[in-house]
Amino acid sequence: MKIIACIKQVPDSEAKVKAENGQVSWGDAPLVINPFDEYAVEGALQQKETTNGTVTALCIGPESAKDALKHALAMGADEAVLVSDSALDGLDTLGAARVLAAAIQKIGGADMVVFGRQTLDNGAGLTPAQTARVLGWPMLGLAGQIKVDGGNVTVERVIEEGRQTVSAKLPAVLSVVQSIGEPRYPSFMGIRKASKAAIPVWTLADLGVAAPTALVTRAELMNPPSRETKVEIITGESPAEIADKLADKILAEKVL
Amino acid sequence: MDFALSPEHQMVQKMVRDFAQKEIAPVIKEHDRKQEPIPTALKRMGELGILGICIPVRYGGQGMDYLTLGLACEELEAVDTSLRVAMSVHAGLCSLNLFQWGTEEQKERLLVPLASGEKLGCGAFTEPGMGSDVAAMTTTAKRDGDFYILNGEKMWISLATKADLAMVTVKTNPSARKASEGLSAFIVDLHSEGVKTGDIHGKLGVRAGSTGWISFTDVKVPVANRIGEEGEGFKITMSGFDHGRYTVASGATGIIRASLEASVSYAKTRKTFGKPIAEHQLIQEKIAKMAQDYEIARLLYYQVGWLKNQGKRSTRETSYAKKFATEASFNAANEAIQIHGAYGFSDEYDVERYLRNSKGAVIYEGSSEIQSLIQAGYALGERTDKPLRCELPAYDESVWQS
Repeated sequence: MKIIACIKQVPDSEAKVKAENGQVSWGDAPLVINPFDEYAVEGALQQKETTNGTVTALCIGPESAKDALKHALAMGADEAVLVSDSALDGLDTLGAARVLAAAIQKIGGADMVVFGRQTLDNGAGLTPAQTARVLGWPMLGLAGQIKVDGGNVTVERVIEEGRQTVSAKLPAVLSVVQSIGEPRYPSFMGIRKASKAAIPVWTLADLGVAAPTALVTRAELMNPPSRETKVEIITGESPAEIADKLADKILAEKVL
Repeated sequence: MDFALSPEHQMVQKMVRDFAQKEIAPVIKEHDRKQEPIPTALKRMGELGILGICIPVRYGGQGMDYLTLGLACEELEAVDTSLRVAMSVHAGLCSLNLFQWGTEEQKERLLVPLASGEKLGCGAFTEPGMGSDVAAMTTTAKRDGDFYILNGEKMWISLATKADLAMVTVKTNPSARKASEGLSAFIVDLHSEGVKTGDIHGKLGVRAGSTGWISFTDVKVPVANRIGEEGEGFKITMSGFDHGRYTVASGATGIIRASLEASVSYAKTRKTFGKPIAEHQLIQEKIAKMAQDYEIARLLYYQVGWLKNQGKRSTRETSYAKKFATEASFNAANEAIQIHGAYGFSDEYDVERYLRNSKGAVIYEGSSEIQSLIQAGYALGERTDKPLRCELPAYDESVWQS
């Protein structure tokens, strides 16, 4: 089975992200593979192992995003492709979906395309469904378990109301959640392979698509208002007395 | 001259760091308090290939270079010393020494299970009555046909109760002209009849590490398990210390980094006299010293990794790295506690553990005093490196990874 894992490079989750001059700044924090996408790679690799398939990691981003792709290769992906073009600055989710769909077609199609549930930076979580729409394939979102049987895929969706099992014909687009399993660490063999890998870089011209016009643009960016916090240590002779004082405080502050 | 780490090095750093942060950091305090090793730690390190990191693939290892071993040790000890100690004895004293001195048959039979993590190894040199004075050991081995019969006791042995195999140095010729010429080295199966092991509790630090004793009572060890020739035990032990001290140095560098990071983080948030303590110059001086020492310690162990990769002896440079990094790690942890004030005195924060953990390495694998004597010996021209019958092979990517 041919599987494509779509990933993105984002600032490290430890980064202190803030608005500076209308732009997002994360200081000198490192850029890493989107943590949600590590689950996508893990899910793709699980299917690779059960179906004796192949996994291609696909990413849109600048040259530095090759590091995120190398992480996927080190985890066990077979190949990686980067789509990079200066015309892709300011891409919105639908634009990303169109570019990814074109790249997926250029790769030669796939039986399954796997995304993480959302990205850590924009967090819209729309690109998987939009990519499915552009490709005209079924979309199975929030998959916690994946089972492929012949030309069908069945997933257990992890949703607020509980679990839901749905199936569709392949090819299909999936987004996965943490229940898929903890992402594996890169292996040493994978690291050696990844460090030597020559990752092809495709431009929009290579894909034969025009630069997508963003339908959604960012009008304003602002930091959350800073809040002063106070700490008060409640003391007492006994746990019961401390609890009473705490309950009085909570009621007085109208927290409850 | 190129100080940059390769992409491979950086990816290994991240992988080992992620492992230590995700699987060890959340539970280390509890195990340190209970003085119990984390049961899954060594198994996971084996599964991930960390235990055989720089052994060639054909001997069950991961085929990375010697510098990668140091990088991994820094990452492991930045979280807890017990992990790095396992690397020192399994990878340094046992596996690398076996790789350097073992025959092809011994490497295939003994090194493969060690490097693949199937078996755990340790190094047993110290005895109740001797430490740095290796030639004064009293454990003996007498030849009896195709076997040697071992008797004696080893003390302060990391992984004594966890290891399957031990690189053991014993006296085979009590009447040798020089005591150091009467020693021989063996790989001993610790599941053999006559071997007893036990743990030592009540240590100041490395409380989540396994440290113990091994006693040998008429233990039969096949001649095929003698590493090197009879009488080469002292040289083999010293080679093992070159490898072990390298891991100690790189690990201690991790403690300096952890102390620095904890201090920077705390100093930026803790306020006194109306401002973060990071803005007080006396705090800045402590932090600057830690940052400087981290850089020096890192460069010193990088140099050793580089020399090993080139196939060059690094006894002197390893001594510099070990002495500097272990002493600097003790000082860094001590100052980190000072910066944390009373909170640093509590095990609510990690820095008190860093201090307790750092002290051991100033003593073991050649105390600071022994390192000074080694360094003075080189500086005064009284000590030179004589060629060894078996040198550590230079790293060759094509050979290591085939």
